[in-house]
Amino acid sequence: MKQLVKKHPLAIRWFHWINFPLLALMIWSGILIYWAYPSFRIGIGDFTLAKMTLGQTTYRKLHVNNRLAEGMALHFFFMWFFAINGVLYVAYTVFSGEWRHLVPNRKSFKEAIHVVLHDLHLRKDAPPPRKFNGAQQIAYTAIILMGLGSLLTGLAIYKPVQFSWLVSLFGGYQMARFFHFWLTVGYVVFFVIHVAQVIKAGWNNFRAMVIGYEVRQR
Amino acid sequence: MSDEIIETATDEDVDRLVKRMSRRGFIAAGVAAAAAYGGWKWLRTRERIGDLEWPLRRTLQANENLSEAYFSRKRLTPTFPPSRIGKPRINGHLGLTPNIDAENWRLNIEGAATPIALTMSDIMSLPRREQISELRCIEGWSMIVKWTGVRLSDLMAKFPPAQRVNYVGMETPGRGYYVGLDIDSAMHPQTLLVWAINNQMLNWHHGAPLRLYIPVKYGIKSIKRIGLIRYTNVRPDDFWAERGYDWYAGH
Repeated sequence: MKQLVKKHPLAIRWFHWINFPLLALMIWSGILIYWAYPSFRIGIGDFTLAKMTLGQTTYRKLHVNNRLAEGMALHFFFMWFFAINGVLYVAYTVFSGEWRHLVPNRKSFKEAIHVVLHDLHLRKDAPPPRKFNGAQQIAYTAIILMGLGSLLTGLAIYKPVQFSWLVSLFGGYQMARFFHFWLTVGYVVFFVIHVAQVIKAGWNNFRAMVIGYEVRQR
Repeated sequence: MSDEIIETATDEDVDRLVKRMSRRGFIAAGVAAAAAYGGWKWLRTRERIGDLEWPLRRTLQANENLSEAYFSRKRLTPTFPPSRIGKPRINGHLGLTPNIDAENWRLNIEGAATPIALTMSDIMSLPRREQISELRCIEGWSMIVKWTGVRLSDLMAKFPPAQRVNYVGMETPGRGYYVGLDIDSAMHPQTLLVWAINNQMLNWHHGAPLRLYIPVKYGIKSIKRIGLIRYTNVRPDDFWAERGYDWYAGH
Protein backbone atom coordinates (compact mmCIF):
# COMPACT_ATOMS: atom_id res chain seq x y z
CA MET A 1 0.00 0.00 0.00
CA LYS A 2 1.47 3.39 -1.03
CA GLN A 3 1.39 6.54 1.02
CA LEU A 4 2.77 10.06 0.74
CA VAL A 5 5.24 11.10 3.40
CA LYS A 6 6.31 14.71 3.94
CA LYS A 7 10.08 15.05 3.51
CA HIS A 8 11.21 18.64 2.85
CA PRO A 9 9.42 21.72 4.27
CA LEU A 10 8.46 24.38 1.71
CA ALA A 11 10.97 26.90 3.15
CA ILE A 12 13.89 24.50 2.79
CA ARG A 13 12.94 23.70 -0.80
CA TRP A 14 12.96 27.41 -1.64
CA PHE A 15 16.26 28.05 0.16
CA HIS A 16 17.78 25.08 -1.68
CA TRP A 17 16.65 26.06 -5.17
CA ILE A 18 17.37 29.76 -4.70
CA ASN A 19 20.86 28.90 -3.54
CA PHE A 20 21.57 26.89 -6.69
CA PRO A 21 21.64 29.77 -9.22
CA LEU A 22 23.12 32.16 -6.63
CA LEU A 23 26.05 29.88 -5.90
CA ALA A 24 26.48 29.29 -9.63
CA LEU A 25 26.63 33.06 -10.21
CA MET A 26 29.08 33.55 -7.32
CA ILE A 27 31.35 30.85 -8.75
CA TRP A 28 31.09 32.17 -12.30
CA SER A 29 31.76 35.79 -11.31
CA GLY A 30 34.55 34.43 -9.10
CA ILE A 31 36.11 32.85 -12.20
CA LEU A 32 35.93 36.22 -13.97
CA ILE A 33 37.87 37.69 -11.04
CA TYR A 34 40.30 34.79 -10.76
CA TRP A 35 41.24 35.12 -14.44
CA ALA A 36 43.15 38.34 -13.63
CA TYR A 37 45.58 36.47 -11.37
CA PRO A 38 45.14 32.68 -11.56
CA SER A 39 47.84 31.94 -9.02
CA PHE A 40 46.81 28.71 -7.32
CA ARG A 41 48.13 25.24 -7.99
CA ILE A 42 48.18 21.70 -6.69
CA GLY A 43 51.66 20.85 -5.51
CA ILE A 44 54.18 20.81 -2.70
CA GLY A 45 57.19 23.11 -2.51
CA ASP A 46 58.71 23.38 -5.98
CA PHE A 47 56.71 20.46 -7.32
CA THR A 48 53.54 21.46 -9.16
CA LEU A 49 51.10 18.75 -10.15
CA ALA A 50 48.60 21.10 -11.76
CA LYS A 51 48.17 24.83 -12.09
CA MET A 52 44.66 25.96 -11.25
CA THR A 53 44.23 27.91 -14.43
CA LEU A 54 42.74 27.40 -17.86
CA GLY A 55 45.32 28.96 -20.19
CA GLN A 56 44.51 32.13 -22.09
CA THR A 57 43.16 30.29 -25.16
CA THR A 58 40.60 28.44 -23.07
CA TYR A 59 39.72 31.59 -21.15
CA ARG A 60 39.06 33.33 -24.45
CA LYS A 61 37.04 30.41 -25.81
CA LEU A 62 34.83 30.45 -22.73
CA HIS A 63 34.64 34.27 -22.87
CA VAL A 64 35.77 34.64 -19.29
CA ASN A 65 38.85 36.75 -20.08
CA ASN A 66 39.26 40.50 -19.45
CA ARG A 67 36.10 40.70 -17.37
CA LEU A 68 37.53 41.54 -13.93
CA ALA A 69 35.45 44.69 -13.41
CA GLU A 70 32.24 42.92 -14.42
CA GLY A 71 33.09 39.92 -12.25
CA MET A 72 33.70 42.08 -9.20
CA ALA A 73 30.49 44.09 -9.71
CA LEU A 74 28.45 40.88 -10.03
CA HIS A 75 30.24 39.27 -7.08
CA PHE A 76 29.53 42.26 -4.83
CA PHE A 77 25.90 42.35 -6.01
CA PHE A 78 24.98 38.68 -5.63
CA MET A 79 26.99 38.24 -2.41
CA TRP A 80 24.13 39.89 -0.53
CA PHE A 81 21.50 37.48 -1.87
CA PHE A 82 23.80 34.50 -1.32
CA ALA A 83 24.57 35.53 2.27
CA ILE A 84 20.98 36.44 3.17
CA ASN A 85 19.61 33.20 1.72
CA GLY A 86 22.19 31.22 3.68
CA VAL A 87 21.52 33.05 6.94
CA LEU A 88 17.75 32.60 6.54
CA TYR A 89 18.23 28.90 5.83
CA VAL A 90 20.27 28.38 8.99
CA ALA A 91 17.81 30.46 11.04
CA TYR A 92 14.94 28.38 9.67
CA THR A 93 16.57 25.04 10.50
CA VAL A 94 17.25 26.30 14.03
CA PHE A 95 13.77 27.64 14.76
CA SER A 96 11.85 24.83 13.06
CA GLY A 97 13.89 22.12 14.76
CA GLU A 98 14.88 20.81 11.33
CA TRP A 99 18.53 21.01 12.43
CA ARG A 100 17.97 17.79 14.39
CA HIS A 101 17.82 15.90 11.10
CA LEU A 102 20.82 17.76 9.67
CA VAL A 103 23.46 18.06 12.37
CA PRO A 104 25.64 14.96 12.78
CA ASN A 105 25.49 13.05 16.05
CA ARG A 106 27.65 10.38 17.66
CA LYS A 107 26.41 7.69 15.27
CA SER A 108 26.78 9.76 12.11
CA PHE A 109 30.47 9.17 11.48
CA LYS A 110 30.25 5.38 11.79
CA GLU A 111 27.16 5.42 9.64
CA ALA A 112 28.85 7.68 7.08
CA ILE A 113 31.61 5.08 6.60
CA HIS A 114 28.90 2.45 6.17
CA VAL A 115 27.20 4.62 3.52
CA VAL A 116 30.42 5.21 1.61
CA LEU A 117 31.33 1.50 1.66
CA HIS A 118 27.82 0.59 0.54
CA ASP A 119 27.88 3.14 -2.29
CA LEU A 120 31.26 1.83 -3.45
CA HIS A 121 29.78 -1.71 -3.45
CA LEU A 122 32.24 -2.78 -0.78
CA ARG A 123 29.49 -3.55 1.70
CA LYS A 124 26.20 -5.22 0.86
CA ASP A 125 23.78 -4.26 3.63
CA ALA A 126 22.17 -0.84 3.20
CA PRO A 127 22.37 1.74 5.97
CA PRO A 128 19.17 2.11 8.02
CA PRO A 129 16.66 4.26 6.12
CA ARG A 130 16.31 7.71 7.70
CA LYS A 131 15.54 11.18 6.42
CA PHE A 132 19.25 11.96 6.16
CA ASN A 133 21.89 9.30 6.75
CA GLY A 134 25.16 9.97 8.54
CA ALA A 135 27.03 10.81 5.34
CA GLN A 136 24.33 13.27 4.34
CA GLN A 137 24.30 14.88 7.77
CA ILE A 138 28.05 15.41 7.60
CA ALA A 139 27.92 16.69 4.03
CA TYR A 140 24.98 19.06 4.55
CA THR A 141 26.43 20.47 7.75
CA ALA A 142 29.93 20.78 6.28
CA ILE A 143 28.58 22.71 3.28
CA ILE A 144 27.00 25.25 5.65
CA LEU A 145 30.28 25.64 7.54
CA MET A 146 32.02 26.05 4.19
CA GLY A 147 29.50 28.75 3.30
CA LEU A 148 30.34 30.53 6.54
CA GLY A 149 34.02 30.12 5.65
CA SER A 150 33.43 31.69 2.24
CA LEU A 151 31.62 34.66 3.79
CA LEU A 152 34.39 35.24 6.34
CA THR A 153 37.32 34.78 3.95
CA GLY A 154 35.40 36.90 1.44
CA LEU A 155 34.96 39.68 3.98
CA ALA A 156 38.67 39.47 4.81
CA ILE A 157 39.61 39.88 1.14
CA TYR A 158 36.95 42.54 0.55
CA LYS A 159 37.95 44.82 3.48
CA PRO A 160 41.42 43.66 4.56
CA VAL A 161 42.23 46.79 6.57
CA GLN A 162 38.90 47.29 8.35
CA PHE A 163 38.88 43.56 9.16
CA SER A 164 42.63 43.04 9.46
CA TRP A 165 42.02 40.89 12.57
CA LEU A 166 40.11 38.48 10.35
CA VAL A 167 42.91 38.55 7.77
CA SER A 168 45.50 37.62 10.40
CA LEU A 169 43.18 34.88 11.67
CA PHE A 170 43.43 33.28 8.21
CA GLY A 171 47.19 33.83 8.12
CA GLY A 172 47.40 36.87 5.88
CA TYR A 173 45.77 38.34 2.79
CA GLN A 174 47.04 35.74 0.34
CA MET A 175 46.04 32.91 2.68
CA ALA A 176 42.51 34.33 2.92
CA ARG A 177 42.42 34.26 -0.89
CA PHE A 178 43.76 30.70 -0.81
CA PHE A 179 40.98 29.49 1.49
CA HIS A 180 38.34 31.44 -0.45
CA PHE A 181 39.47 29.73 -3.65
CA TRP A 182 39.70 26.19 -2.32
CA LEU A 183 36.34 26.42 -0.59
CA THR A 184 34.92 27.15 -4.03
CA VAL A 185 36.63 24.08 -5.44
CA GLY A 186 34.99 22.27 -2.52
CA TYR A 187 31.54 23.40 -3.69
CA VAL A 188 32.22 22.06 -7.16
CA VAL A 189 33.28 18.70 -5.71
CA PHE A 190 30.19 18.70 -3.47
CA PHE A 191 27.99 19.49 -6.48
CA VAL A 192 29.36 16.60 -8.54
CA ILE A 193 28.89 14.07 -5.73
CA HIS A 194 25.52 15.53 -4.78
CA VAL A 195 24.13 15.27 -8.32
CA ALA A 196 25.52 11.74 -8.71
CA GLN A 197 23.84 10.69 -5.46
CA VAL A 198 20.55 12.31 -6.48
CA ILE A 199 20.61 10.45 -9.80
CA LYS A 200 21.39 7.23 -7.98
CA ALA A 201 18.60 7.78 -5.42
CA GLY A 202 16.05 8.16 -8.19
CA TRP A 203 13.10 10.25 -9.23
CA ASN A 204 10.98 9.80 -6.09
CA ASN A 205 13.77 11.29 -3.99
CA PHE A 206 14.42 14.15 -6.42
CA ARG A 207 10.75 14.99 -6.77
CA ALA A 208 10.49 15.34 -2.99
CA MET A 209 12.83 18.35 -3.22
CA VAL A 210 10.25 19.96 -5.51
CA ILE A 211 6.87 18.89 -4.11
CA GLY A 212 7.92 18.10 -0.55
CA TYR A 213 6.47 14.59 -0.42
CA GLU A 214 7.89 11.17 -1.10
CA VAL A 215 5.91 8.09 -2.07
CA ARG A 216 6.57 5.16 0.25
CA GLN A 217 5.28 1.68 0.80
CA ARG A 218 3.33 1.39 4.02
CA MET B 1 1.26 17.08 12.34
CA SER B 2 -1.65 16.20 10.13
CA ASP B 3 0.11 16.66 6.78
CA GLU B 4 3.17 14.60 7.63
CA ILE B 5 1.64 11.46 6.08
CA ILE B 6 -1.13 11.41 3.49
CA GLU B 7 -2.96 8.09 3.21
CA THR B 8 -5.57 7.29 0.64
CA ALA B 9 -7.96 4.44 -0.04
CA THR B 10 -6.04 2.97 -2.98
CA ASP B 11 -2.59 3.10 -4.57
CA GLU B 12 -4.19 4.71 -7.62
CA ASP B 13 -5.33 7.59 -5.44
CA VAL B 14 -1.76 8.13 -4.29
CA ASP B 15 -0.56 8.09 -7.90
CA ARG B 16 -3.24 10.60 -8.89
CA LEU B 17 -2.43 12.84 -5.94
CA VAL B 18 1.31 12.80 -6.54
CA LYS B 19 0.72 13.53 -10.21
CA ARG B 20 -1.34 16.59 -9.30
CA MET B 21 1.23 17.78 -6.77
CA SER B 22 4.02 17.24 -9.27
CA ARG B 23 2.24 19.21 -11.95
CA ARG B 24 1.74 22.09 -9.55
CA GLY B 25 5.26 21.84 -8.15
CA PHE B 26 7.06 21.68 -11.47
CA ILE B 27 4.95 24.44 -13.00
CA ALA B 28 5.84 26.64 -10.01
CA ALA B 29 9.50 25.65 -10.46
CA GLY B 30 9.31 26.51 -14.16
CA VAL B 31 7.73 29.89 -13.47
CA ALA B 32 10.38 30.63 -10.80
CA ALA B 33 13.18 29.62 -13.19
CA ALA B 34 11.71 31.79 -15.96
CA ALA B 35 11.39 34.71 -13.53
CA ALA B 36 15.01 34.28 -12.45
CA TYR B 37 16.14 34.17 -16.07
CA GLY B 38 14.02 37.24 -16.84
CA GLY B 39 15.55 39.04 -13.86
CA TRP B 40 19.03 38.20 -15.11
CA LYS B 41 18.25 39.42 -18.63
CA TRP B 42 16.74 42.61 -17.19
CA LEU B 43 19.82 43.24 -15.04
CA ARG B 44 22.25 42.80 -17.92
CA THR B 45 20.37 45.09 -20.31
CA ARG B 46 20.09 48.14 -18.03
CA GLU B 47 21.52 51.49 -18.98
CA ARG B 48 25.18 51.70 -18.05
CA ILE B 49 26.86 54.15 -15.69
CA GLY B 50 30.64 54.11 -15.89
CA ASP B 51 30.45 50.99 -18.10
CA LEU B 52 28.35 49.09 -15.59
CA GLU B 53 24.60 48.32 -15.55
CA TRP B 54 23.04 50.87 -13.21
CA PRO B 55 21.74 48.33 -10.63
CA LEU B 56 25.30 47.02 -10.27
CA ARG B 57 26.71 50.56 -10.06
CA ARG B 58 24.08 51.51 -7.46
CA THR B 59 24.95 48.42 -5.45
CA LEU B 60 28.64 49.34 -5.49
CA GLN B 61 27.63 52.79 -4.22
CA ALA B 62 25.44 51.28 -1.49
CA ASN B 63 28.35 49.03 -0.51
CA GLU B 64 30.53 52.16 -0.47
CA ASN B 65 28.12 53.95 1.89
CA LEU B 66 28.23 50.97 4.24
CA SER B 67 32.03 50.82 4.04
CA GLU B 68 32.42 54.54 4.65
CA ALA B 69 30.11 54.36 7.66
CA TYR B 70 32.24 51.57 9.12
CA PHE B 71 35.61 53.03 8.08
CA SER B 72 37.93 54.25 10.83
CA ARG B 73 41.28 56.00 10.43
CA LYS B 74 42.35 54.10 13.54
CA ARG B 75 42.20 50.73 11.77
CA LEU B 76 45.58 50.15 10.21
CA THR B 77 46.96 47.90 7.54
CA PRO B 78 49.39 45.41 9.11
CA THR B 79 53.06 46.38 9.06
CA PHE B 80 55.77 43.76 8.69
CA PRO B 81 59.37 43.14 9.77
CA PRO B 82 62.14 43.79 7.17
CA SER B 83 62.43 40.03 6.56
CA ARG B 84 59.06 40.13 4.80
CA ILE B 85 60.11 42.75 2.25
CA GLY B 86 59.68 41.53 -1.31
CA LYS B 87 60.46 42.78 -4.79
CA PRO B 88 58.35 45.65 -6.08
CA ARG B 89 56.25 44.65 -9.05
CA ILE B 90 55.60 46.87 -12.07
CA ASN B 91 52.07 46.79 -13.37
CA GLY B 92 51.12 49.27 -16.06
CA HIS B 93 52.43 52.61 -17.25
CA LEU B 94 49.25 54.64 -17.61
CA GLY B 95 50.10 58.33 -17.59
CA LEU B 96 53.83 57.62 -17.35
CA THR B 97 56.65 58.50 -19.71
CA PRO B 98 60.33 57.54 -19.42
CA ASN B 99 61.58 61.11 -19.65
CA ILE B 100 61.36 62.91 -16.34
CA ASP B 101 62.48 66.46 -15.89
CA ALA B 102 63.00 66.25 -12.14
CA GLU B 103 64.30 69.84 -11.93
CA ASN B 104 61.14 71.35 -13.34
CA TRP B 105 58.69 68.86 -11.85
CA ARG B 106 56.21 70.45 -9.44
CA LEU B 107 53.42 69.07 -7.31
CA ASN B 108 50.52 71.40 -7.95
CA ILE B 109 47.79 71.77 -5.39
CA GLU B 110 44.38 73.12 -6.30
CA GLY B 111 41.71 74.03 -3.79
CA ALA B 112 43.99 75.57 -1.18
CA ALA B 113 43.67 79.27 -0.33
CA THR B 114 46.10 80.04 -3.15
CA PRO B 115 47.43 77.79 -5.95
CA ILE B 116 50.50 75.93 -4.73
CA ALA B 117 53.40 74.39 -6.64
CA LEU B 118 55.80 72.34 -4.52
CA THR B 119 59.28 71.04 -5.35
CA MET B 120 60.56 67.66 -4.14
CA SER B 121 62.59 69.37 -1.44
CA ASP B 122 59.47 71.17 -0.18
CA ILE B 123 57.80 67.77 0.18
CA MET B 124 60.85 66.09 1.70
CA SER B 125 60.93 68.74 4.42
CA LEU B 126 57.76 67.26 5.91
CA PRO B 127 58.14 64.55 8.63
CA ARG B 128 59.59 61.49 6.93
CA ARG B 129 57.76 58.15 7.27
CA GLU B 130 58.94 54.61 6.61
CA GLN B 131 56.50 51.79 6.45
CA ILE B 132 56.75 48.12 5.50
CA SER B 133 53.29 47.16 4.33
CA GLU B 134 51.29 45.49 1.61
CA LEU B 135 49.96 46.89 -1.64
CA ARG B 136 47.01 44.80 -2.82
CA CYS B 137 46.34 44.89 -6.52
CA ILE B 138 42.75 44.63 -7.72
CA GLU B 139 43.92 41.71 -9.88
CA GLY B 140 44.57 39.66 -6.76
CA TRP B 141 48.32 39.78 -6.26
CA SER B 142 49.91 41.75 -3.45
CA MET B 143 53.39 42.84 -2.49
CA ILE B 144 55.05 43.77 0.77
CA VAL B 145 57.69 46.48 0.32
CA LYS B 146 59.20 49.34 2.28
CA TRP B 147 57.68 52.70 1.46
CA THR B 148 59.49 55.96 2.19
CA GLY B 149 57.73 59.28 2.04
CA VAL B 150 55.46 61.64 3.91
CA ARG B 151 51.92 61.38 5.12
CA LEU B 152 49.38 62.91 2.77
CA SER B 153 47.62 64.15 5.92
CA ASP B 154 50.80 66.04 6.94
CA LEU B 155 50.95 67.68 3.52
CA MET B 156 47.27 68.57 3.77
CA ALA B 157 47.79 70.01 7.25
CA LYS B 158 50.58 72.24 6.00
CA PHE B 159 48.76 73.23 2.82
CA PRO B 160 45.12 72.93 3.90
CA PRO B 161 42.03 73.13 1.69
CA ALA B 162 40.42 76.56 1.55
CA GLN B 163 37.20 75.00 2.85
CA ARG B 164 36.08 71.65 4.28
CA VAL B 165 36.17 69.13 1.44
CA ASN B 166 34.91 65.59 0.96
CA TYR B 167 37.29 64.47 -1.76
CA VAL B 168 40.83 64.59 -3.03
CA GLY B 169 41.52 64.07 -6.72
CA MET B 170 44.97 63.29 -8.14
CA GLU B 171 46.28 63.35 -11.70
CA THR B 172 49.46 62.52 -13.55
CA PRO B 173 50.97 65.44 -15.50
CA GLY B 174 48.91 65.55 -18.68
CA ARG B 175 46.07 63.62 -17.01
CA GLY B 176 46.93 60.26 -18.56
CA TYR B 177 45.81 58.69 -15.30
CA TYR B 178 43.67 60.07 -12.50
CA VAL B 179 42.07 58.84 -9.28
CA GLY B 180 39.45 60.06 -6.86
CA LEU B 181 39.70 59.55 -3.11
CA ASP B 182 37.25 60.12 -0.28
CA ILE B 183 38.66 62.44 2.36
CA ASP B 184 38.70 59.80 5.14
CA SER B 185 40.90 57.47 3.12
CA ALA B 186 43.15 60.34 2.01
CA MET B 187 43.63 61.42 5.64
CA HIS B 188 44.39 57.87 6.85
CA PRO B 189 47.71 57.94 8.73
CA GLN B 190 49.20 55.23 6.49
CA THR B 191 48.40 57.05 3.25
CA LEU B 192 51.79 58.24 2.02
CA LEU B 193 53.31 60.33 -0.74
CA VAL B 194 56.26 58.11 -1.62
CA TRP B 195 59.61 58.82 -3.27
CA ALA B 196 61.43 55.55 -2.47
CA ILE B 197 60.59 51.85 -2.44
CA ASN B 198 62.93 49.45 -0.61
CA ASN B 199 65.39 52.36 -0.11
CA GLN B 200 65.62 52.92 -3.88
CA MET B 201 64.51 56.26 -5.29
CA LEU B 202 61.56 55.62 -7.60
CA ASN B 203 62.36 54.99 -11.24
CA TRP B 204 59.88 56.03 -13.91
CA HIS B 205 58.15 52.62 -13.89
CA HIS B 206 57.21 53.13 -10.26
CA GLY B 207 56.14 56.73 -10.73
CA ALA B 208 59.18 58.95 -10.18
CA PRO B 209 59.54 61.39 -8.64
CA LEU B 210 56.50 61.07 -6.35
CA ARG B 211 53.67 58.55 -6.13
CA LEU B 212 50.85 57.68 -3.79
CA TYR B 213 50.65 54.63 -1.56
CA ILE B 214 47.19 54.25 -0.10
CA PRO B 215 46.77 50.90 1.71
CA VAL B 216 43.07 51.43 2.41
CA LYS B 217 42.41 51.09 -1.32
CA TYR B 218 43.24 48.67 -4.10
CA GLY B 219 46.52 49.42 -5.90
CA ILE B 220 44.67 51.16 -8.76
CA LYS B 221 44.29 54.15 -6.43
CA SER B 222 48.00 54.36 -5.63
CA ILE B 223 48.61 56.74 -8.52
CA LYS B 224 52.17 57.09 -9.82
CA ARG B 225 53.92 60.32 -10.78
CA ILE B 226 51.48 62.75 -9.23
CA GLY B 227 51.32 66.10 -11.02
CA LEU B 228 48.24 67.57 -9.41
CA ILE B 229 46.37 67.22 -6.15
CA ARG B 230 42.92 68.78 -6.04
CA TYR B 231 40.85 69.40 -2.89
CA THR B 232 37.23 69.34 -3.93
CA ASN B 233 33.62 68.75 -3.00
CA VAL B 234 32.86 67.39 -6.44
CA ARG B 235 33.44 63.65 -6.61
CA PRO B 236 36.61 63.47 -8.73
CA ASP B 237 36.75 61.47 -11.95
CA ASP B 238 38.49 58.14 -11.64
CA PHE B 239 40.16 56.39 -14.55
CA TRP B 240 39.09 52.85 -13.67
CA ALA B 241 35.67 53.80 -12.28
CA GLU B 242 34.87 55.00 -15.80
CA ARG B 243 35.76 51.50 -17.00
CA GLY B 244 33.44 49.37 -14.87
CA TYR B 245 35.34 49.35 -11.58
CA ASP B 246 34.17 50.47 -8.16
CA TRP B 247 34.91 54.17 -7.55
CA TYR B 248 35.54 53.55 -3.85
CA ALA B 249 37.65 50.37 -4.20
CA GLY B 250 38.29 50.64 -0.46
CA HIS B 251 39.83 48.28 2.02
